Amino acid sequence: MLSIKNLTVSIHGKQIIGGLNLEVKEGEVHAIMGPNGSGKSTLASVIAGRDMFDVDAGEITYMDQNIFDMAPETRAREGIFLGFQYPVEIPGVSIANFLRTAINEKRKYLGLEPMTGAEFLKMMEEKKKMVEIHSKLTNRSVNEGFSGGEKKKNEIFQMAMLEPRLAILDETDSGLDIDALKVVANGVNKLRRPDNATIIITHYQRLLDYIVPDFVHVLYDGRIIKSGDKKLALELESKGYDWVKKETKADTIP
Amino acid sequence: MADKNNQILEEVTGSDYKYGFYTDIEMDQAPPGLTEETIRFISAKKNEPQFMLDFRLRAFQHWQTLEEPKWAHVDYPPIKYQDLIYYSAPRKQPKYDSIDEVDPELLETFEKLGIPLDEQKMLAGVAVDAVMDSVSVGSTFKKTLAEHGVIFCSFSEALQKHPELIKKYMGTVVPHTDNFFAALNSAVFSDGSFAYIPKGVRCPLELSTYFRINAANTGQFERTLIVAEEGSYVSYMEGCTAPIRDENQLHAAIVEIIAHKNAEVKYSTVQNWWPGDKQGKGGVYNFVTKRGICEGENAKISWTQVETGSAITWKYPSLILKGDNTTGEFYSVAVTNNKQQADTGTKMIHLGKNTKSTIISKGISGGKSNNSYRGLVKTTRNAANARNFSQCDSLLLGDQCGAHTFPYLDVGNRSSIVEHEATTSKISEDQLFYCLQRGIDMEGAIGLIVNGYAKEVLSKLPMEFAVEAQKLLSISLEGSVG
Repeated sequence: MLSIKNLTVSIHGKQIIGGLNLEVKEGEVHAIMGPNGSGKSTLASVIAGRDMFDVDAGEITYMDQNIFDMAPETRAREGIFLGFQYPVEIPGVSIANFLRTAINEKRKYLGLEPMTGAEFLKMMEEKKKMVEIHSKLTNRSVNEGFSGGEKKKNEIFQMAMLEPRLAILDETDSGLDIDALKVVANGVNKLRRPDNATIIITHYQRLLDYIVPDFVHVLYDGRIIKSGDKKLALELESKGYDWVKKETKADTIP
Repeated sequence: MADKNNQILEEVTGSDYKYGFYTDIEMDQAPPGLTEETIRFISAKKNEPQFMLDFRLRAFQHWQTLEEPKWAHVDYPPIKYQDLIYYSAPRKQPKYDSIDEVDPELLETFEKLGIPLDEQKMLAGVAVDAVMDSVSVGSTFKKTLAEHGVIFCSFSEALQKHPELIKKYMGTVVPHTDNFFAALNSAVFSDGSFAYIPKGVRCPLELSTYFRINAANTGQFERTLIVAEEGSYVSYMEGCTAPIRDENQLHAAIVEIIAHKNAEVKYSTVQNWWPGDKQGKGGVYNFVTKRGICEGENAKISWTQVETGSAITWKYPSLILKGDNTTGEFYSVAVTNNKQQADTGTKMIHLGKNTKSTIISKGISGGKSNNSYRGLVKTTRNAANARNFSQCDSLLLGDQCGAHTFPYLDVGNRSSIVEHEATTSKISEDQLFYCLQRGIDMEGAIGLIVNGYAKEVLSKLPMEFAVEAQKLLSISLEGSVG
């Protein structure tokens, strides 16, 4: 589904990602872990199409298409969803209105009729139940005056509504209390299907108690320096990132 | 990103006017120029009573002593008042009994505007008095209104049928000596609308009028007079678009509203006149004097305006809160794009005790446009416990446009409370990217963000108008992207 080869990214001449490789297949959940400044959020932004970064080398293909040929909104309509680390406020625009616009844009792109108001409301009710969102949240303006937890839950709710093929969750767990964390994890688990994939970017192993990844990658200094299964996350938690750094100093991880 | 964003913003805000078309209807017009003869011609053409002609001539004499005001934050070449045509009317004068008799070309024009007359008849609760180039062509729902004793007709018709009302109220809120453009209008006004709501009547329909400027080089001088008698209520809507044109069109209208004791008037406008092309060529000069007076106690008047058109807008819908416990409101969204200039705002004059006013102004500037809010809040010595709250927000799209706020506060007594808040913001790249990432393209994103920003004002519009206004905001900022 997603194939990243030798990706090198910089901003203002400073290299952030250097020669990164990653393969994500349908049905898989990947966790990307790493210390601050290792390039995790940059990777998410580049996949989603934020153009403040310079891609110096490498390629990304998504569903067999060169991702760099696609505008950010096209990537979204083709099923890429980014759960933002810092969701932005859009005053005066209700979540319902925002999502209905987004869904109908996507449907238009796919050659489908726009969703009627009734269909949309029904879908919204279903998804709210699924991800355990309070019904009042959707009448409020997008992220305006939301607590940190509400913002993150709102991201998961949007993900449920937009039904992405590839979801990238950028530190969705940071700043959450344990209850909110469970809601987020629960949402991700329920949305998991054989034909979609999820990339979870996280700092801590904590989230992975609730979402079981197929693969765990350690990102350090703009490269994936170690990959493994969920045990790797536990090992990291107890031994710290320095341990991976030392262990893999000489190795090159494909 | 910044460069690319600017480029996209430029494309988006560099949108072409979508309602530019021109109807070829036979005209009956005065020769160019403005003299006493022109005024007598207009008055005779309209078969006016003597007092009206006298009023016009007094105004004309006064106008000749005035100079065009230059204090507004707008810039335009001198207007050659002697080159303008001051009267034109569709030649086929008779009033139509049915829609079939109306000039098909005119119907087509309305069709393009998305407001076919025959559909309007069916539109729930909207009576339409369509003003096309100064003379009313069609009126609907008259019967329902008549049953309630409501008068809603063209100004000319009112002059024939209700001269005593016109004589009593015309010029009492905006005297012909008020300002340069008001004097000009008082001298040469061609037509307009008149609404009269009798004592204790709640007007059963939203009254609406569509104005259009149609003849080449014709100044349009509308006059609207709304009188709400004691304890009455009316919601009045006015909306307009105009065809594409090379030369600037002068529009100097006057709106007067009188609200007696316990009466309430809600006045809503959507203004979408031809703003000129991307280089700022052509476009309507909209120099309008709008003022209401809350004459009796507990009266209330509110102005709601959505201004997206015109090359230049010079307009300050104002209120005189004369009666005790009266309320004035002003809600405004002004969008300027390309090289448009808007200097708009309000005046709230508190004369009575316990008077209240609210001002919410949202300016949105794109392209190379300039958008100014200019407001005066005045509480006089006798206006004990007067209260005002003003909020003036500006939103900038891109980095070549300007937003300015000129608030004047004049507090004349110790018990008044006057508050003024102002903010200026820019659409952030984060907001745009957030929308893009959800599959909404740049145009859609800007439309969504701008509509959200203006929501507080749009929500004050009557339902059917609000929908139209939302579309208009998006269209005004739409461009060649996608």
